[in-house]
Amino acid sequence: MSPTASRRKATEPATPEQRIEVRKTYKLYIGGAFSRSESGRTYKIHAAGRSGRFLANAAMGSRKDARDAVVAARDAFERWAMATAYNRGQVLYRVAELMEGRRGQFATEVAAAEGLTPARADKVVSAAIDRWVWYAGWSDKIAQVLGGVNPVAGPYFNISAPEPTGVVAALAPQCSSLLGLICVLAPIVVSGNTEVILTSEHRPLPAVTLSEVLATSDVPAGVINLITGRTAEVAPWLAAHQDVNAVDLAGAADADGLAWADLERAGADNLKRVLRPAGDGADAVEPDWSPVPDLTRIKAYLETKTIWHPKGG
Amino acid sequence: MSSPSATARARELLGVGALTNASMTRWLNGLPGVDQVGADARAAGLGTRSIKTTSKAWAIDTAIGMIDLTTLEGADTESRVRSLCAKAMAPDPGDPTTPQVAAVCIYSDLVPVAVDALRGSNIHVAAVTTAFPAGRATMAVKLTDTRDAVRAGAHEIDMVIDRAAFLSGRYLQVFNEIAAIKAACAQDDANGAANGAAARLKVILETGELATYDNVRRASWLAMLAGADFIKTSTGKLSPAATLPVTLIMLEAVRDWRDLTGTQIGVKPAGGIRTAKDAMTYLVMVNEIAGDDWVDPHWFRFGASSLLNDLLLQRQKLANGRYCGADYVTID
Amino acid sequence: MAKFEYAPAPESRAILHIRPSYGLFIDGEFVQSSGGSTFKTINPSSEEVLAEVTEAGAADVDIAVRAARKAFDGPWGRLPGAERAKYLFRIARILQERSREFAVLESLDNGKPIKESRDVDIPLAAAHFFYHAGWADKLDHAGLSDGAGQPPRPLGVVGQVIPWNFPLLMLSWKIAPALAAGNTVVLKPAETTPLTALLFAEVCQQADLPAGVVNIITGAGQTGRHLVEHPGVDKVAFTGSTHVGKAIARSLAGTRKRATLELGGKAANIVFDDAAIDQAVEGIVNGIFFNQGHVCCAGSRLLVQESVADDVVMRLKRRVETLRVGDPLDKNTDVGAINSAAQLARIRELTQIGESEGATRWSAPCVLPERGFWFAPTVFTGVSQAHRIAREEIFGPVLSVLTFRTPQEAVAKANNTPYGLSAGVWTEKGSRILWMADQLRAGVIWANTFNRFDPTSPFGGYQESGYGREGGRHGLEAYLRTGASR
Repeated sequence: MSPTASRRKATEPATPEQRIEVRKTYKLYIGGAFSRSESGRTYKIHAAGRSGRFLANAAMGSRKDARDAVVAARDAFERWAMATAYNRGQVLYRVAELMEGRRGQFATEVAAAEGLTPARADKVVSAAIDRWVWYAGWSDKIAQVLGGVNPVAGPYFNISAPEPTGVVAALAPQCSSLLGLICVLAPIVVSGNTEVILTSEHRPLPAVTLSEVLATSDVPAGVINLITGRTAEVAPWLAAHQDVNAVDLAGAADADGLAWADLERAGADNLKRVLRPAGDGADAVEPDWSPVPDLTRIKAYLETKTIWHPKGG
Repeated sequence: MSSPSATARARELLGVGALTNASMTRWLNGLPGVDQVGADARAAGLGTRSIKTTSKAWAIDTAIGMIDLTTLEGADTESRVRSLCAKAMAPDPGDPTTPQVAAVCIYSDLVPVAVDALRGSNIHVAAVTTAFPAGRATMAVKLTDTRDAVRAGAHEIDMVIDRAAFLSGRYLQVFNEIAAIKAACAQDDANGAANGAAARLKVILETGELATYDNVRRASWLAMLAGADFIKTSTGKLSPAATLPVTLIMLEAVRDWRDLTGTQIGVKPAGGIRTAKDAMTYLVMVNEIAGDDWVDPHWFRFGASSLLNDLLLQRQKLANGRYCGADYVTID
Repeated sequence: MAKFEYAPAPESRAILHIRPSYGLFIDGEFVQSSGGSTFKTINPSSEEVLAEVTEAGAADVDIAVRAARKAFDGPWGRLPGAERAKYLFRIARILQERSREFAVLESLDNGKPIKESRDVDIPLAAAHFFYHAGWADKLDHAGLSDGAGQPPRPLGVVGQVIPWNFPLLMLSWKIAPALAAGNTVVLKPAETTPLTALLFAEVCQQADLPAGVVNIITGAGQTGRHLVEHPGVDKVAFTGSTHVGKAIARSLAGTRKRATLELGGKAANIVFDDAAIDQAVEGIVNGIFFNQGHVCCAGSRLLVQESVADDVVMRLKRRVETLRVGDPLDKNTDVGAINSAAQLARIRELTQIGESEGATRWSAPCVLPERGFWFAPTVFTGVSQAHRIAREEIFGPVLSVLTFRTPQEAVAKANNTPYGLSAGVWTEKGSRILWMADQLRAGVIWANTFNRFDPTSPFGGYQESGYGREGGRHGLEAYLRTGASR
């Protein structure tokens, strides 16, 4: 083709080769809205593996973003906790439906974040979606499995039932950017807690895409809030926050410059429920998230409420 | 049919122009509920009080003085009643310091016998009337029964309420019957009541048939509204008769009634109270629920027969320091 | 003067033999402390010295933990659950057999009325052992296995620190599930109430419990700290103040030790206008004056609907006037002695603050003994949420009365506290009870009752009232390794 023939008018569409990709701005997800960090900061996200190519400038969440996220989570708590278990189950299942629709994007991002082959990344996405479905199905079974009638010695009806503990701050796993994230995120909300998730520091992009799924799902604003940024910078503020009821320290493993003991110690000031990272002694390791879990992560954020009432004529 | 005074006061308390079954139902349903388990627990708690030494001696004598010594058998004869009256006046012939009982309680036809036997004592004659114990008779019969007893000199009338009417919600009927009997107690003709005073009316709720504590509370208030001088648990003819929780609720009722109206009403548990220990538990309850003012034979009675002898045995134990046997107290 | 006075009816002390001094119960025997310091435990109703007790130091704690470890690694760890159960049944029976002795000793050392130690503390303590005994060979059926069907396993050595308000009962809440699950324990009773725990050591001996399975070390806060921080301890169970609970949580941070914490509370007891009024008044009285108000789940805030507030308060005061305050060993005593001079000072301080903040104070007109530590049952009216007596745990016979207008307001006020241990609701309306029970953020909701306890019923708090549950299947789980937490 001659140069003149190939010269197109400016109004003609670009050829596929010519087309410049529209990049996404990766934002925080707080109270159902996408926002840049109030600090105005971003940090560079690179692909894992040899290429190490630049992927995006992620928002670098600050302590004030965390504070705002806790406020949003607290505001959302009562309604979410009081929703029927059936409703919560459907809302969460709907998230899996939407994830399925975006699985290509997730796979691309997971592959880039974790340095996986497309085939392997696809498997991880499937596992993540399936895990979400697994947890969603627990919403209306938790109370039956974990609660029950207690045969007290007296003329009283006595029943114990689990309830959500409140606002949970979780450090998402640093390595497993989607499956691990969901393994931490889903068991918190399925029982009615609301949460502030500090995403994987270096692999946050699948989490941001998940937030876009959440935004278009039926999960009420504020129930799940995701903050990208430096784990060691923001986590201590969440651990010390007096309106946070529990912390999940899964992401303390492999987090730069962070000792989980410090977070647990800070959490003691308001007696947060603490789910320690896996590992022995002071070591924290990120577990293999692929096996079907048990109820440990659900139970960690439940309170048992016991109700007594006399039985009389 | 009912006395104007009871009706007028009821209208005032209920805040209505005319007494209707509906207004009475609303009023009774407006009373606070009773939680059965809580009431039972409270009664059981009072049952753990330990009454020892001087307080036990005082309580035994006080309890003896509160007894309505009772015989209510189809086989009651004149001699049986005379024997009971003798026991009432001298419960322990070997110990003249033993107090006399408050009253003897008998069927209405035997009132003349008892009045005669107790002449000169301060012991009252209480007659059960109104077709006791079932109360299944026409109003005319109940009124006649009552008037006869009062005329014969009964100081106290123990009537039964119409439990069928109560349980089927005909509260106004129950009210009217009580008020009418009350009026009959007050009648005073030439051969009328002793001292010319009205007989005191004890209203038997037969709480065993009312079944629930809510009913006991409502029946208590209904009886007081209609003019009862005493509210009494039971006829003693069916089980359960008096229980601690039922008496507790009735003591709460008379306490609250006095707070509301300024009028003091008596309480009489009857039936099933057999031991001195039982009696002391009841006294503790009177003391701690209704208060000091009710710790008095004028305001609290035990309807009992075998209780007296157990109190006497305990009394002898306190006096002699050794346990006693049934042969050392008289059977009647 | 009342017509009907109750003559003194003291329970006999003759049944009891208190030794002049006690060592530490370690590895099945009473031993002397390696350090040798002692302290005295007194009768708070008379300030009479009851016995001299050993203060365990770090070395003693270490010996005790090692003894517990040896037992865990040894015979106890290998014992089949069914056999473990028999030891617990034995202990339950011995507690029942010696219940009067325990009751008298508890009342002497703690100051609580004999009727409570006799009718509540000791029978419930025995019941806890009886209940948990049956679990020992049924742990696989407790619904605690992980998805792979792995049965739960014991944690190892448990360090337990208990308070002075229910000394033997708290001991049983701690030791019974721990042993049922197959752990061994080192337990430290409170420094002001060590005697029933030491008598319990004798029970362990009578039951022929293997040496080292239960170790009782006495001492104060420092001893407790040594125990909690000992690296050989796998799990810490603590009941006590929120302040100390936080310190323990801090000290355990970064370790792999488990913890359950039963801490303070400021429970709301909520009375609606349709409540069964007489039972509600009993519930209010039971809620705050039971055990002199030394109860973490005490109903220390009365929230009463405005429309019935005057009536409820009138009835409440009339009832409180009938409470008999005095000799804990008298069978007719309703309110005993405050456990210690320090606690009395704390109660006095907070009640003075209540007065200075403008609340109206009323105390029952009762004659208090001259010796010992006493505080008359007290009711503050006109209290608002902002007052310290409405926010801080007084841990004494002091009730703060607040009012509300709507169920929503009652819930808002009840939940407006960092605590969340218990709450009471009084209404005859069933659906309101269930709605309230949903809304109240507390671990135990008593509806139309209060201060009921049972070994099958999980007990424990939300938020700053601690974490973990005691009692029932839930309480058992705190002493087991299950699922991913293995």
